[in-house]
Amino acid sequence: MSVTTDPVPAVGESPLGIGTGMSAPDTVLQVEDVSVSLAGRRVLDRVSFSIEGGEFCGLIGSNGAGKTTLLRAILGLIHPSSGRIVVSGGTRTRRNPQIGYVPQKITLETDMPLRARDLVGLGLDGHRFGISRPGAKRRTAVDEMLEAVGATRFADARIGNLSGGEQQRVMIAQALICRPKLLLLDEPLANLDIRSAAEVVDLLAQIAGEQRIAILLSAHDMNPLLPVMDRVVYLADGRAAAGTTDEVVRTDTLSALYGHHVEVIHVAGRVLVVSGAEHQAHHPGDADPSVREA
Amino acid sequence: MFASFMVNAWEAATIVAVVAGVVGFFTVLRGAAFAAHSLPNGAFAGAAGAFLIGVNTIVGLGVFSLAGAGMIAGLGRRARSDVATALTIVLMLALGDLFLSRTSEYAPEIFSLLFGEVLGVSASKLAPTAVLAVVCIVAVIVLYRPLMLSSVAPDVADARGINTRAMDLAFLVVLALVTTMAVPVVGSLLIFSLLIGPPAAARSFTNRPPVAMGLSVVFALVTVWVAIAVSYETNLPIGFFVGALSAFAYTVGRAWAAWQQRRGRRHHSRDESVADLTERTTANAGAR
Amino acid sequence: MLALSWSSLFEPGFFSSEPVQVALVVGAITAVVSGIVGVFTVIRGQSFAGHALSDIGTAGGSAAFLVGASTIYGFVAFNVVAAGVMELIGIRKPRGRDLATGIVLGASLGLAALFLYEDTISSSTTGATVNVLFGSIFTLPPGITTVMAVLGATSVALIALVYRPLLLSSVSYELAAARRVPVRLVGGSYLLALALAVSMSAVTIGAILSTALLIGPAAIALRLATRTGVAIAVAAAVAVFACWVGTLIAYDSTVWAGGNGWPVSFCIVAVIFVLYFASGVVARFRGDRRQATTSDQRLAAELVEVA
Repeated sequence: MSVTTDPVPAVGESPLGIGTGMSAPDTVLQVEDVSVSLAGRRVLDRVSFSIEGGEFCGLIGSNGAGKTTLLRAILGLIHPSSGRIVVSGGTRTRRNPQIGYVPQKITLETDMPLRARDLVGLGLDGHRFGISRPGAKRRTAVDEMLEAVGATRFADARIGNLSGGEQQRVMIAQALICRPKLLLLDEPLANLDIRSAAEVVDLLAQIAGEQRIAILLSAHDMNPLLPVMDRVVYLADGRAAAGTTDEVVRTDTLSALYGHHVEVIHVAGRVLVVSGAEHQAHHPGDADPSVREA
Repeated sequence: MFASFMVNAWEAATIVAVVAGVVGFFTVLRGAAFAAHSLPNGAFAGAAGAFLIGVNTIVGLGVFSLAGAGMIAGLGRRARSDVATALTIVLMLALGDLFLSRTSEYAPEIFSLLFGEVLGVSASKLAPTAVLAVVCIVAVIVLYRPLMLSSVAPDVADARGINTRAMDLAFLVVLALVTTMAVPVVGSLLIFSLLIGPPAAARSFTNRPPVAMGLSVVFALVTVWVAIAVSYETNLPIGFFVGALSAFAYTVGRAWAAWQQRRGRRHHSRDESVADLTERTTANAGAR
Repeated sequence: MLALSWSSLFEPGFFSSEPVQVALVVGAITAVVSGIVGVFTVIRGQSFAGHALSDIGTAGGSAAFLVGASTIYGFVAFNVVAAGVMELIGIRKPRGRDLATGIVLGASLGLAALFLYEDTISSSTTGATVNVLFGSIFTLPPGITTVMAVLGATSVALIALVYRPLLLSSVSYELAAARRVPVRLVGGSYLLALALAVSMSAVTIGAILSTALLIGPAAIALRLATRTGVAIAVAAAVAVFACWVGTLIAYDSTVWAGGNGWPVSFCIVAVIFVLYFASGVVARFRGDRRQATTSDQRLAAELVEVA
């Protein structure tokens, strides 16, 4: 049905594509003054930041801060009421193969008849009509991608039977197989145990570094990302503070962002953001209103 | 319309509507529309079987609907709940087919069991109907809190020590009791529509459970009363009016909710309800 | 001894009986289509819609009966409209979606009550009711084969057309939308395929069997197969097997059960249930061995976290 064929990496070539060899960093994602209103409520308010190839950027904020909305705006699923989003130097077209996406917790029933490798294969051509023609090229591309994310071990297992961390790897492989320049992940660590989360973060950092892919990963807790994060976009009530971790995660910056005093405390290698006992309308999940994990 | 022979019809229908409103609130909350359809429909097979062996049809209804409830719960342990319900109704209907094939007479009761014959309710049927109605309502009251929690936030319920599996079965048993009591009076079609239409509409107008349950009962009563009145006047089957009114109520409810959302009154999407909001909250709480 | 049991398995006249031959062929075609569509029905959690459409189609069939048209056209018309309404209501959460299905079903059954009442008034036969509701593979309306073939072929072709995007959006609606899959069109196409398949099966083999062959073989196949293609093939095979063996048992039963024998629907459903429980045993046996590896790893990970 479709006219163009998606590029399938040739046998022997790295599935993520050989690095472009550019020494100067290229801006993969540019978000300029973006505001988004949904159902009469201002969800995002003049957010601006940019990410370059190979950078690992954390999108931090508690529930309701606007993280998913921002990701959907970047994907082109939501239209900003003002501002501009530019991906990889061009305006976003109907379908942008430059962006890979790992959505928020997909629930996979155990009877879903897909193996890990089948799901990765869907990453290649799942958007096209008809049935895939099996072939050596396709199989090799999938194999190599599974290898790259460390999923070869369970490549033939049912995805419904895999653990959270294993599923996450498969979803990442699915997102990367078309060699995007930008990888978006929506709360990928939310339901993972500490060890799996660390493994996923390490994997992503490795991919970012080796293949010059820009990564934007949303989370409500930035601590697992601290070792690898190059820059951070911190969202609070739709407003953003962007920059390096040192620039943003500071008492003065975050206090200005929240509009009231918050204290940034570094304790035993972790970062805590402590605020006064203020009523927070959009954080129903907080256990203790006076201490918010950063 | 209010002649003495009709009084029974009004009373029976009122009793059924009240129970349907109360149990229907949970039916809609739990998304158990399929079970609400399957148990009454499948139970009719039990009535056919009872007819075959010369036992009171109510007994057949009761046995089959309870067995159906058990089967849905049992199969649902290792399969999706909608697959379990589908298999259950299929088996029950197939058995019904088997029983029907054993007799050459199509009992006229079959038609009335399917489509209701509330206008032909005799006074003697009222007493058992009322008794079962009370049992159902008492059951719901007793189970209210654990059922509410396990319907809305099953993980939290598990953590609090509530046996969610037992709650699932308990709810299905209540549905089976409603079936047994209502099908002889209003037929399987009607009880199904009453269990989902009015409560679904009620939910659109309020998020508070007790109010929603109250509104369910009110809407169910209005639906049944209007249906009886119009059916009496036009001589057309009640089932038609109940089905149409339920669909109308549901549509109005959704339109209202959509309009409210557009006006910015609600900041979560329409088909996200209290249940979903709580699910989201507890899921996030569990993630920390 | 083998010869004796073989001939007693197949009562005399089974293969030479024309109604049986038609039943076997028609049943097989219906079974294959139901198995294919059924796999997607189960993984998308739309078993209620699949069942509801057989009852909704019945309302259409009664309407057609009333105006003297062929019941199949009424079935198809009502099912297509209902599928369209279900898609337009467009609720994605399963609970809300089943509720909408229930409302549509309730309204349709109300209409069916109306039409059947008119039927009874006009032709004073309650046999019509049962016939429309239950159908029978041994008494197919004339000229049904062509229409059936068209419906079945269209249904399968639709599934083949939206195969990949349908799988993708079944895994994750969000992801499919992000990849610019026309998710509503794909979902709507699947519902249309379902509507056609159910119309076809409900008319030929009755509403009970329509649901049984749609959900049962698919559920069995999904317990056993790990790949979509294999699951679809297994579902179709199981459906055909159940159909044929059930038909055989029903035919044979005229001898040893007296009267008209056991109804076909019951026999086929019985076969499906036996296979379902058997598949459960097989799956549990296989699953125990496979689950051991993944759960050990998970346990190890949790121990690390605790430490």
